[in-house]
Amino acid sequence: MESIFFLVVAAVAVLSSILVVTCKNPINSALSLVMTFFCLATFYVMLDAPFMAAIQVIVYAGAIMVLIIFVIMLLNVKAETGKRGTHAVLAGSVLGLFVLFLTCWFLIKGSLTGVPGTITKAQIVAEGHTELIGKAMFTEFLLPFEITSILLLAAIVGAVILAKKKI
Amino acid sequence: MLALHNYLIVSAILFAIGTIGVLTRRNAIVMFMCVEMMLNAVNLTFIAFSRYLGNIDGQVFVFFVMTVAAAEAAVGLALMIAFYKNRESIDVEDINIMKL
Repeated sequence: MESIFFLVVAAVAVLSSILVVTCKNPINSALSLVMTFFCLATFYVMLDAPFMAAIQVIVYAGAIMVLIIFVIMLLNVKAETGKRGTHAVLAGSVLGLFVLFLTCWFLIKGSLTGVPGTITKAQIVAEGHTELIGKAMFTEFLLPFEITSILLLAAIVGAVILAKKKI
Repeated sequence: MLALHNYLIVSAILFAIGTIGVLTRRNAIVMFMCVEMMLNAVNLTFIAFSRYLGNIDGQVFVFFVMTVAAAEAAVGLALMIAFYKNRESIDVEDINIMKL
């Protein structure tokens, strides 16, 4: 049952991501990308990470995609008329497929090892996923978390300066 | 629970499609969306490994990736608006001189 559900969600995710690349109109690409994000949120739920799924929907499908669609509408971007040269398309596709082949090769031939941690599914259910992440983030990862706030401040200032009338 | 390989292969496919999109499209906004898709593919890998190894650290990293993606969205789209004001186009083939 779970594997059938996984296959359906994976098929939708791959199809909608192909649509992102092939659609001529940027708005259609953006809507397909939202579909891909929802499929990824479904995967996160299947991986016992409900909080990450909520964040995925709120931040990606909500905030970032609204920003992108807003810019598409603001700039009134038309559908692409001219295509890139066939050489560029061919080289890009070959390179992308090569990346895919290489990753799958390593996945099949290599062995996946790692240092196992202590978190089990029972613990996630008992303690709550959000609490576990919160504990890790505000103890072990406190410094990166603070640095993140500086990154966001720099992004805000950068966006305001760049969008001014005269640079 | 499903094998880890399933999630990793889906993630690899999404990443490869994102790569193809960045390399073959001309519209800067679509290229930008493909970059977001590649970041999401990496997030899926992080969360899958985090779940299968029983370690929450991977999911904290996904937070930081999302923060970087949000900052990138803000600055990148502001850059595109600045470019569009000067050139009336966001086609990457029109971005051929360093002067805005």
